[in-house]
Amino acid sequence: MSFQPLSSASSRRGLVLGMLGAAVLAATACQKAPPTFASMDLTGAEYGRDFSLQDPDGRTRTLADFRGKAVMLFFGFTQCPDACPTALARAAEVRRLLGPQGARLQVIFVTIDPERDTAAVLKEYTHAFDPDFLGLRADLPGTAAVAKEFKVHYQKVPTGSSYTMDHTAFTYVLDPQGRLRLAMRHELSAQDAARDVGLLLSQAG
Amino acid sequence: MQLKPWLAGAALFAALAGPSHAQVAVKGAWVRATVPQQRTTGAFMQLTAPVATRLVQVRSTVADAVEIHEMAMAGDVMQMRAVEAVELPAGKAVELKPGGYHIMLMDLKQPVKVGDAVPLTLVFEGADKKRQTLDLQVPVRPLGASAAPPGH
Repeated sequence: MSFQPLSSASSRRGLVLGMLGAAVLAATACQKAPPTFASMDLTGAEYGRDFSLQDPDGRTRTLADFRGKAVMLFFGFTQCPDACPTALARAAEVRRLLGPQGARLQVIFVTIDPERDTAAVLKEYTHAFDPDFLGLRADLPGTAAVAKEFKVHYQKVPTGSSYTMDHTAFTYVLDPQGRLRLAMRHELSAQDAARDVGLLLSQAG
Repeated sequence: MQLKPWLAGAALFAALAGPSHAQVAVKGAWVRATVPQQRTTGAFMQLTAPVATRLVQVRSTVADAVEIHEMAMAGDVMQMRAVEAVELPAGKAVELKPGGYHIMLMDLKQPVKVGDAVPLTLVFEGADKKRQTLDLQVPVRPLGASAAPPGH
């Protein structure tokens, strides 16, 4: 199977977006600007409105359960050696950097590989990063439904006798009212991510 | 700095395992810890070959299958693919690290825990198609470890 590195186009796009962002900032510097985020601002998005998933104790959880907290929502799979632990380690660092405000952040890991990610492995896995992290899952149709609602792409890819998963590597952030607000790119630093979550929490009062 | 002893240990082991001056140098090798029932993990390290060679295979007794993978982003979709080899140009440090190449340990026989040393055999193939192996005992870092050891 041949494989082309694909990162250069997206980093160029990031650079162009960054330059555009800087130009917009410069143009609006004299007016009272709304807070700007290092993450992609999704405010007003008409997707990612809710989910209905099982926690490791078998309870159904929806976004309403987390009102009053900001939610960082990541879709991944536990057999993932690289992107998923990196994203969850960043989320743990964000909570630490937020200090006392970190208590108002709920980190949620939704598996897109429910066939292998049982409730037990999800619980062990998320707790290894932070005991307050929550792993959620659904059956295959439920997984497809939540991925569609959050515009998450995922795909099983055979490798050797097993398989891996391609998947969207965003971390979504929802505000304490449960509205989808931000998408954090995989490359965003923990410092920038913490600043963005802090802004959302302070907006909410 | 609690991580220093294993760094020193890894360096010492690499030194012991590499009597030949043509040996590939290994720095900062680590394996990510797993939790029970998690059957896959990654190994990461920096490799520097004195003479151009390729990393063509990795074996380990802890896993039924070992592959060399490359992680890449297609837009914002994370992809991982098995690669046939990692090119090691002469004298150039090549990183196997999160966000790039990693050694994928699949179908683990048991969880790997912090404090364990994971045996890995790296197989290199030179331009003359001759193969050389290098045995390592690689320390395990926590599941939540970030990209690189401190000071790396």
